[in-house]
Amino acid sequence: MVSPAVNTKKMTMIEGVRNAMDEMLKENEDVIILGEDIGVNGGVFRATEGLHEKYGEERIIDTPISESGIIGNSIGLAANGFRPIAEIQFLGFIYPGFNQLMTHATRLRQRSLGRFTVPLVVRAPYGAGVRAPEIHSDSVESLFTHMPGIKVVVPSNAYDAKGLLITSIDDPDPVMFLEPLRCYRSNRTEVPDGKYTIDIGRASVLKQGDDISVFTWGAMVMDTMKAIEKLEEEQNISCEVIDLRTLYPLDKETITASVQKTGRAAIVHEAPATGGVSNDVISLINDTSFLYLRAPIQRVTGFDTPVPVYSLEQDYLPSAAKIKAAIVNAVNF
Amino acid sequence: MIEDFPMQQIINEDGAIVDSDAMNDISTEQVKSFYYQMLRARMLDKKCVNLQRQGKIGTYVPYEGQEAAQIGSAVALGEGDWIFPTYRDHAATLTFGHSMRNLLLNWRGRPEGNVPPEGVNIFPPGIPIASQLLHATGAAWAEKKHGSDRVSLVYFGDGATSEGDFHEALNFGSVFNIPTVFFNQNNGYAISVPMKRQMKTKTIAQKGLAYDMNCLRIDGNDVLAVYAATKESVDRARANQGPTLIEAVTWRYGAHTTADDASKYRDQNESETRRETTDPLLRVQRYLQTQNAWNEDWLKTIEEDITDEIETAIAEMEAYPEPDLRQLFDYVYDRPTWTIQEQVNQHLAVQGEE
Ligand SMILES: Cc1ncc(C[n+]2csc(CCOP(=O)(O)OP(=O)(O)O)c2C)c(N)n1
Repeated sequence: MVSPAVNTKKMTMIEGVRNAMDEMLKENEDVIILGEDIGVNGGVFRATEGLHEKYGEERIIDTPISESGIIGNSIGLAANGFRPIAEIQFLGFIYPGFNQLMTHATRLRQRSLGRFTVPLVVRAPYGAGVRAPEIHSDSVESLFTHMPGIKVVVPSNAYDAKGLLITSIDDPDPVMFLEPLRCYRSNRTEVPDGKYTIDIGRASVLKQGDDISVFTWGAMVMDTMKAIEKLEEEQNISCEVIDLRTLYPLDKETITASVQKTGRAAIVHEAPATGGVSNDVISLINDTSFLYLRAPIQRVTGFDTPVPVYSLEQDYLPSAAKIKAAIVNAVNF
Repeated sequence: MIEDFPMQQIINEDGAIVDSDAMNDISTEQVKSFYYQMLRARMLDKKCVNLQRQGKIGTYVPYEGQEAAQIGSAVALGEGDWIFPTYRDHAATLTFGHSMRNLLLNWRGRPEGNVPPEGVNIFPPGIPIASQLLHATGAAWAEKKHGSDRVSLVYFGDGATSEGDFHEALNFGSVFNIPTVFFNQNNGYAISVPMKRQMKTKTIAQKGLAYDMNCLRIDGNDVLAVYAATKESVDRARANQGPTLIEAVTWRYGAHTTADDASKYRDQNESETRRETTDPLLRVQRYLQTQNAWNEDWLKTIEEDITDEIETAIAEMEAYPEPDLRQLFDYVYDRPTWTIQEQVNQHLAVQGEE
């Protein structure tokens, strides 16, 4: 945690992301960034703003529009000594690069019995609620949790983003680093100067509670916290809220301890329900805590439909009403 | 290689005819109609930028400067042909028969925006770069298999040629002799990345050589050159002589989208000065003036007509009924799966019908 000797600064999440890359670029010559419009333009969300001027075009590399090219080249660079950070402009555009991730990045270590490794971080903004055009808002984290060989990290604030990204860049294996668009500028947290790390695979307990454990991540953290604040005011229900932060591997201890304490669980995510990461959380709870449960586990998710264009996206996203209804259902079961 | 692909032109920047043979087939009335189409598209584009600033539509993708490339090509197609636009090609889709109201609804984040009028074959705009090129070959391939002589035309930018899909589409097109026109608008930039950083080749046209394909490079700001070259390519495709790659060299004055700040990566003054030399409307105006066919009253009349048309479309957009959430569920599958049915019911149980 933050020691008093360290200076901190209030930052937005995008600044936290940038700050992490800046630290790592400074510390390690092998860290390089590749992506579309990340150089002179500083990235369409400004994640790399100023880095091109500071580190030059040999390290902050504007690539042609080619996700397969960006990820495929990053695999070769990573296997040969570099620590590439590949930016995919929006997660919904990663599909042309999917083949490279699935068939190479995630399994090179295993296929070469450790002779070649892929210390690669793929960063991508994702998620709905910012009125972006079609396909820019896809929330497809479970495509990656389903890929053996890659870790999947989702910060929701600047402090977590910086610590988790530094850890991800240091990680010897590929990490999918998903940045919820709606969190980029919607909140500020104190962020320490310099390098600090947050372990991958560790959830964060945002709020202690006794009656139900609510698991969430990404932009739904903000919505869940808001919905719960209201609910606790209105009714006599005490909620524990946990930001999972890493979707693969899940934080088994934290999830288990919380459910065994409260005896109830709800999971909130904006991705479609079927095949969603919620199912893995449920399965984990089933394995570890079945006899502690006092109610069926609730899920509040997006629909099994493509993420819609913006006139309908608010209906698609889990609403406060649905989050509250799920919690009340569990508590009154 | 660039010498092998000289830029084809009919009217130059000063409005002078540089290829007089080409003018044999083109009447002054037709030139005026091109002007009208370009003005209509430009006025709509400017209006959309304003609507975005007022918060009436979402992020918008302007095309000002590219009217000749989009309109000259769209006009060269016939009824029943197919077009495959990107997010930037409303001048083309508008000209090919998309309704202005639906174009506006598209930017208001409404699913109706992607729906063309009955019988008009316009695909929803391609959002993932280059993905639509393969749909264009597929659709044209189907026409060929059906024994029709319909063709497809697909729009894409310079940046799109870096994606695998571009190469795969050209390869399919040439292997199966598919009646498609690959219409590239080279506007010099892919968001912030200039062409020289996107590719080492000086032309995009030359990329067609690797696929043994007819390929040419034209002045994309010259609506007549665009029309003539596209018409010829469409005719070739119809006559089963295979696909063509056209590189139309053009320029977009504004930013990539209304969310983008072009001054970060390109000199906006340069972009503005280009209006004098490359503006597709100005060039046609100058030509018509040399023919004594330009008339300020005519301009005023068409401006008024277009303003009315745009205002009507905006009113229709604003009066359009609120979106119905069922659109989301009803069109995911032909028949909703039980998962979806259950999700609708659960949603309605909590949120109500509204
Ligand atoms: C597969 C994919 N990757 C990235 C993007 C994000 N993006 C949108 S437009 C664009 C640049 C396109 O440039 P170009 O093909 O030259 O067309 P232009 O926008 O200049 O018309 C990028 C990178 C995308 N839409 N799809």
